[in-house]
Amino acid sequence: MDWILLNLPLIADLTFAHLALCIPAILLAAAVSLPVAVVANRLRPVREVLVSGTGLLYAVPSLPLFVVLPVVIGTGVRDPLNVVVALAIYGTALMVRSAADGLDAVSADARTAATAQGYSRWGRFWAVDLPLAGPALLAGLRVVSVSTISLVSVSAVIGVQSLGSLFTDGFQRGIVPSIMSGLVMTAVLAVGLDRLLVLAGRVCMPWSAAREAPGR
Amino acid sequence: MGIEFRRVTKTYPDGTRAVGDFSLVVPSHSLTVLLGSSGSGKTTLLRMVNRMVDPTSGQVLIDDADVAAEAPVALRRRIGYVMQHSGLLPHRRVIDNVATVPRLNGASRREARERAAELLAVVGLDPSLGSRYPGQLSGGQQQRVGVARALAGDPNILLMDEPFGSVDPLVRIELQRELKRIHTELRKTIIFVTHDIDEALTLGDQIVVLRPGGEIAQTGAPPEIVENPRDDFVAQFLGVAGGRRSLRATVRDDGGLSISDSTGRPLGILEALPSKAPGSLPGG
Repeated sequence: MDWILLNLPLIADLTFAHLALCIPAILLAAAVSLPVAVVANRLRPVREVLVSGTGLLYAVPSLPLFVVLPVVIGTGVRDPLNVVVALAIYGTALMVRSAADGLDAVSADARTAATAQGYSRWGRFWAVDLPLAGPALLAGLRVVSVSTISLVSVSAVIGVQSLGSLFTDGFQRGIVPSIMSGLVMTAVLAVGLDRLLVLAGRVCMPWSAAREAPGR
Repeated sequence: MGIEFRRVTKTYPDGTRAVGDFSLVVPSHSLTVLLGSSGSGKTTLLRMVNRMVDPTSGQVLIDDADVAAEAPVALRRRIGYVMQHSGLLPHRRVIDNVATVPRLNGASRREARERAAELLAVVGLDPSLGSRYPGQLSGGQQQRVGVARALAGDPNILLMDEPFGSVDPLVRIELQRELKRIHTELRKTIIFVTHDIDEALTLGDQIVVLRPGGEIAQTGAPPEIVENPRDDFVAQFLGVAGGRRSLRATVRDDGGLSISDSTGRPLGILEALPSKAPGSLPGG
């Protein structure tokens, strides 16, 4: 307990560093997944190749990825950008399928009706397909968010500060409270961000909850 | 606003022929029913009017202008469309569903909602339902919203694809009555697709009986079709051949005549005879 109280500022700093790596990675993953999912759904014959292909990216081991990435994107070995890009790749791998399936599952009746009312193809995408796929997209995003928050710890191995640094330091110097605080804070962040996403979903998609409520 | 189908055909890429050489004039302000079972091409024909389907050959004309010359999106915004499972957007409130077309046509949110509230009243819904989501309404209410939405752009033409097919019979009858009233008041040209012969006889000024493959079996006003089915197919479809339309009367103990069809299925009570009725009929 003493160690934790003495090192509170350090834990706080590392928590912020952790978030600073996670949030851009999650946003980037979402920003990449959505267009890939849309393209996959439009190009029916290659849909499965695109969706499964991006899914396989999850199988790339992270350490070699950290070695290769700086060469590919021209960053320094300890640049936090490497971590963000690597995590975005894993996030994309997780999210493309749920996004593609979610967009695919939008009710055909709603689509037909929207077309019949006179929506253009893109107008319909923004006004109908995207919002109706919202709950599925949110579900995908929640998985990505939890997964990214736990994966970020790996950055400590290549010398980028995050809550993972509490693990590496704790192991090397035999400080159990350091490891424990790293674990607890990672869980707190994961749960906190997840709750935040659920809340954002309720605010942005009030209809989704209303549908389940009894009518009249 | 008249609609004319001029020798249209529709063959899908896999070789399925949905419509073969179909010609029809739908007079302005009339309610024309396309009556056929599934596979008769009736929905395909309906969707040719707002270019959700383009014919393989032939033309569809609205007021003598070929719809093929008009951009589909603009065309659809001036033609109302109602479908079977209301097709309301579940993520929009009822009022905003109805306001869709005015909004697409550039009306401000306020104008569009005012218009939408008026239309909810026209279709017999309490405007307070406007703030609900479609999933919170009953099936019949949803269909009314669907009709209101189709009317919102003040179209001259209304296309209705089995709009009352999925609501229970009592509600269906009420919706049919409302549609008749709306048609009388607003004088839209309506094409109404159904496989329900009674619905067709209730609503149609003109009924087009379709054979499988989108060919016309017979066109005419409801009495013409019931009294003179052109062939066995039409007779069968109407139930004339099966005896559903050959009625029989028996005298009731407490006056009047009880009417049944030739299979003995009771249909109702005959309360008055026409003045020219033969005097030999018993009872009365």
